[in-house]
Amino acid sequence: MNITQLAPLCVIILFAAAAITFISKRDAVQRRIAFAAVTLTLIFEALLLASVWDAEPQAVHLGGWQAPFGIVMVVDQLSALMLLVSSTISLAVLVFATGQNLQDEDDEVPISVFYPTYLLLLGGVSNAFLAGDLFNLYVGFEILLMASYVLIMMNANTPRIRAGVTYVVVSVVSSMLFLTALGFIYASVGTVNMADLSLKLATLPVGTQMQLHLMLLIAFGIKAAVFPLSLWLPDSYPTAPAPVTAVFAGLLTKVGVYAIIRTETLLFPDGDLSTLLGVVACLTLLVGILGALAQGDIKRLLSFILISHIGYMIWGISLSNELGLTTVVFYIAHHILIQTGLFMVVGLIERRAGSTNTRRLGGLIKIAPVLALLYFIPAMNSGGIPPFSGFIGKVGLLQATVERGTTLAYVTAGVGLLASLLTLLALVRVWNKAFWRPAKEAEEPISALVMAEHSDDPAHYESKPIPVSMMASTVSLVVLGALITVFAGPLFHLADRASDNLFEPDRYIRSVFGDQAPTRAQYLEDYQASQEDQ
Amino acid sequence: MIIDLSLILVMGVLYAVGVYLVLDRSMTRVLLGLMLMTNATNILILHAGGPAGLAPFYSKETAASDYSDPLPQALILTAIVISCAVTALFLGIIYRSWLLSKADEITDDAEDIRVAEQDAFDKEEDAAAGVESSEFDGDEETREREYQQEEEKRRKLQTSMQPQVARKGE
Repeated sequence: MNITQLAPLCVIILFAAAAITFISKRDAVQRRIAFAAVTLTLIFEALLLASVWDAEPQAVHLGGWQAPFGIVMVVDQLSALMLLVSSTISLAVLVFATGQNLQDEDDEVPISVFYPTYLLLLGGVSNAFLAGDLFNLYVGFEILLMASYVLIMMNANTPRIRAGVTYVVVSVVSSMLFLTALGFIYASVGTVNMADLSLKLATLPVGTQMQLHLMLLIAFGIKAAVFPLSLWLPDSYPTAPAPVTAVFAGLLTKVGVYAIIRTETLLFPDGDLSTLLGVVACLTLLVGILGALAQGDIKRLLSFILISHIGYMIWGISLSNELGLTTVVFYIAHHILIQTGLFMVVGLIERRAGSTNTRRLGGLIKIAPVLALLYFIPAMNSGGIPPFSGFIGKVGLLQATVERGTTLAYVTAGVGLLASLLTLLALVRVWNKAFWRPAKEAEEPISALVMAEHSDDPAHYESKPIPVSMMASTVSLVVLGALITVFAGPLFHLADRASDNLFEPDRYIRSVFGDQAPTRAQYLEDYQASQEDQ
Repeated sequence: MIIDLSLILVMGVLYAVGVYLVLDRSMTRVLLGLMLMTNATNILILHAGGPAGLAPFYSKETAASDYSDPLPQALILTAIVISCAVTALFLGIIYRSWLLSKADEITDDAEDIRVAEQDAFDKEEDAAAGVESSEFDGDEETREREYQQEEEKRRKLQTSMQPQVARKGE
């Protein structure tokens, strides 16, 4: 039996583990179960990726029910890569979170909630990546959102409640839009299976297609934080606990981008919204980065940079050529690792210095030289300095722009380069203020930092200790982010295969319905012929 | 497709009232708005199944077209479960907010306000650049004097911080 037939295990293992963690309230037991589950999933997903490396998409019919009646899960290069990268960062964040929880030993924190919720979040993400059924995608979204509502308000205080309410309301409204779009889609074609939709949506009148297309894009655009639907993100992410912010920043917006890719390539490959997407990409890039420049708090600054960089992915999608999409797949993998790594480093800075506000920080290069290095590498990577992977991604996007050759594409490219430069400016400003300047020159200096800087041994400054697990997980993510540069060749090959399959929705349809399935062109022709007969 | 006008009207009113309530600052009203909008969406999906028919239990005598479409009902059921969970969680949030701050209102983000009100002038970056000096400038005497001044400053700073450390040690 082919290993892809076991793909639902990626979801089942995590959900089962989430249920099992409830048998014990003890942190140690829950931690071991969570570790075992995430590691097992990670190994399995690596095997899954290896098995679809050069293959066409593979469908799994759950319970043996034939499509379009049963639920299908589809594994292709894109979903397998997303699964693997998301499990990698979630393992790192899990290690990071256990370090933080164990060290603080705070009895007030309901630790028994964290592990099951975290596992549910990952299960929901996996389900969304594997879904071959639009309603299953909705359920995946809802599971991950429910878990994220709980995580973002862990140990709730007043600011977290405020941030959480914004997040919950915006997410619920976006889900409702998605559900409404689903209702319309079902009313117009009578199916929610994505392969079936790919065949049947093309038979609808152009206006109806456009309306459904736009509704889906708006729903996913809110989740992916695309301007002007991004305003909720910087208000809600930064207040959450550091590990939660890290995993949200890495994963959740990318699930939205993933859904946008599926909408554009599978559901509406003929619907041409590339002009709209191009304009939106420009605005996202620009508004995001200008917002980042105004921020004083590093977490908020990174949240704005996150929005800005979603713009790069939308830019790639808007080019609607194969190279553009290849680069988007590469860029998503790069961005998940880098963004999570940066947020984890900021979590460490918060522990070491007691604040993440650049108005207060200073002198960290003496006090925490390792953190300085850990911040510097992903910061340069995110700013697109060669030879890091951010640079490779941007070169790919530029090449795809030239291939596309429209005026809008060139304008977007210009804005993209400007945003890249400004990202560098924003991140280097943080570097200058938090690390490089003397602590006493800060606007509201922290006296402990000033003293430590002037003592004989700044590195032995008294602060909340940074446990080995937190340090090790951060280091490994930063190293992994840098390693993408080294393994850019195989990764680009994989991304190329992924976009190759994405551009041939007929392969996806064949995998779900078997070899005798009609191609999209054939189906449309037959449909039009039967309409003329009547 | 046959649709039920009264249900469509109900759906429209629910959406309208829901949107109005969600825009309020009071969390309880926002919750009510979300509940209304979810139910409006459920009615929409109910419509997607076409006209009502017989209960979808299979029997040989009934023609396929006489059944109600069971799929929208399954979708609605899932949506109801999800909205139930969201409602429960949101009630929990409202209660927690009441415990913490005796308020049902969503306030503005303090950091947002600070960023909006901040001066365009940045002390670090926009201040006039100081005159660059190097230890290779000037003669040995000046260098020695500057070094002494620096040392003096450092010692003063340390002594001014001393009491806090002593308190920590106790």
